[in-house]
Amino acid sequence: MANFSTNEFKAGLKIMLDGEPCNILENEYVKPGKGQAFNRVRIRKLISGKVLEKTFRSGESVEGADVLDTELAYLYTDGEFYHFMNNETFEQIAADEKAVGDNVKWLVENDLCTITLWNGTPITVTPPNFVELEIVETDPGLKGDTAGTGGKPATLSTGAVVRVPLFVQTGEVIKVDTRSGEYASRAQK
Amino acid sequence: MANKVLPAWHPQADIETLHARAHLLHSIRAFFAARSVLEVETPVLSAHGTTDPYIESFCAAKPRSAHNSQAEFTHAGYLQTSPEFPMKRLLCAGSGCIYQICKVFRQEQSGRRHNPEFTLLEWYRVGFDHHDLMQEVDAFLQHTLACKPAQTISYQALFEQIMQIDPLSITHEQLVNHVDTLGILAGTADEFSHDDLLNLLFSHVIEPNLGHDRPLLVHSFPASQSALARINADDPRTADRFEAYVAGMELANGFYELADAPEQRQRFESDNRVRARAGQPEIPQDEHLLDALAHGLPDCAGVALGLDRLLMLKMQRADIQDVLAFPFQRA
Repeated sequence: MANFSTNEFKAGLKIMLDGEPCNILENEYVKPGKGQAFNRVRIRKLISGKVLEKTFRSGESVEGADVLDTELAYLYTDGEFYHFMNNETFEQIAADEKAVGDNVKWLVENDLCTITLWNGTPITVTPPNFVELEIVETDPGLKGDTAGTGGKPATLSTGAVVRVPLFVQTGEVIKVDTRSGEYASRAQK
Repeated sequence: MANKVLPAWHPQADIETLHARAHLLHSIRAFFAARSVLEVETPVLSAHGTTDPYIESFCAAKPRSAHNSQAEFTHAGYLQTSPEFPMKRLLCAGSGCIYQICKVFRQEQSGRRHNPEFTLLEWYRVGFDHHDLMQEVDAFLQHTLACKPAQTISYQALFEQIMQIDPLSITHEQLVNHVDTLGILAGTADEFSHDDLLNLLFSHVIEPNLGHDRPLLVHSFPASQSALARINADDPRTADRFEAYVAGMELANGFYELADAPEQRQRFESDNRVRARAGQPEIPQDEHLLDALAHGLPDCAGVALGLDRLLMLKMQRADIQDVLAFPFQRA
């Protein structure tokens, strides 16, 4: 993989730091009137998801990370691995539990997920912004409540628990925003 | 503002900001006229450049032509990184107090506070030391920004107040440990010099806190960061240098000026040795300046202030690009 000098740093560039691939979120050039220039960088570690701030000496070179985002359809899990397929080449790839993490509760068959590959291996799985899931259990709501004041918890088919308005019932399919984990609407039929 | 996509021909600064810049220049000239400080002009293009290892000049070149067929370009001189040397030659010749508003050029990345070409205000006061000049900088900031009177603090007291370390007595090992514990650097701190690490702590930890309620003038920098300032007569660990901070941003850098020609020569030579070791180009030292200093520089203090940053503060803009008609990318 190529090396990048700090003057090539910009948001979106993938570099290696402490043996972990990272995504640069923000790069700021810091130069005191007299003395060494620095690049202060906000960075997301792609495996742990941690966001941190690090400073490089300006002009320093850093190893690039071979990181690629790819859109793949979720197929199934065999209990240990989660299998995805490229809808154009039909090539399949398996992500482990660590890569899927908490997002397991948003995996819906045939949904297109963004799989981040590092050296060809999946390191993160990002579900679509909205997924549709069936409610398998929720308390019957009070009749006439349409304002959704407060709401109630509902368990979805994947095990995810979200707060829904009182008028939504077991057996209905709802649309959930996976970034916030919040109810968005009833699914369009 | 910075996010607004404008066609490439279009100025980045809005028309209101152009008016504010013109007004600011007018009020600066009024400030110095009232104090009988003489406005001067000196060359932007010169045979000499700065030797400071941390400041890289642009070279000007003559392109190939019928009269110049040897090489593609021939070197024609350096674009100034500051008007300091020719202004000191004027002082040595008996100009008295002088100021200049000029363009300077430094090979730097563009950033929120940096543009490779920027406007500097530099002034010299004969008979002032750095404390007298700090008072005038305070008056200048109140005049141009309508801000509260400035506070002053020493470099040492500032480190003790914010980081509980003494920058003048801390050992290199202690400093390395301190920086590593803070986890600021991508690598380890022991690859950096003592002054680099002090600068790092200053710009990352201290500077963002400075000058929010009122301007802050920081003085008595470590002697190792003296640049062109005198070493303090009472405490040789410090240099007679100050910097002005407003709203977490460095705005000005001032010196009680070094008048000693042999010491100036030594500093030029030591800078060029550092440059040679680091594989940077060596820069011809300004013999005219050394001759002028040998002739005699009157006791004086001088300060350089970034006018684009001053305008940022006046217009409350976070990005220098927004106060420049045509920042480097559009120049």
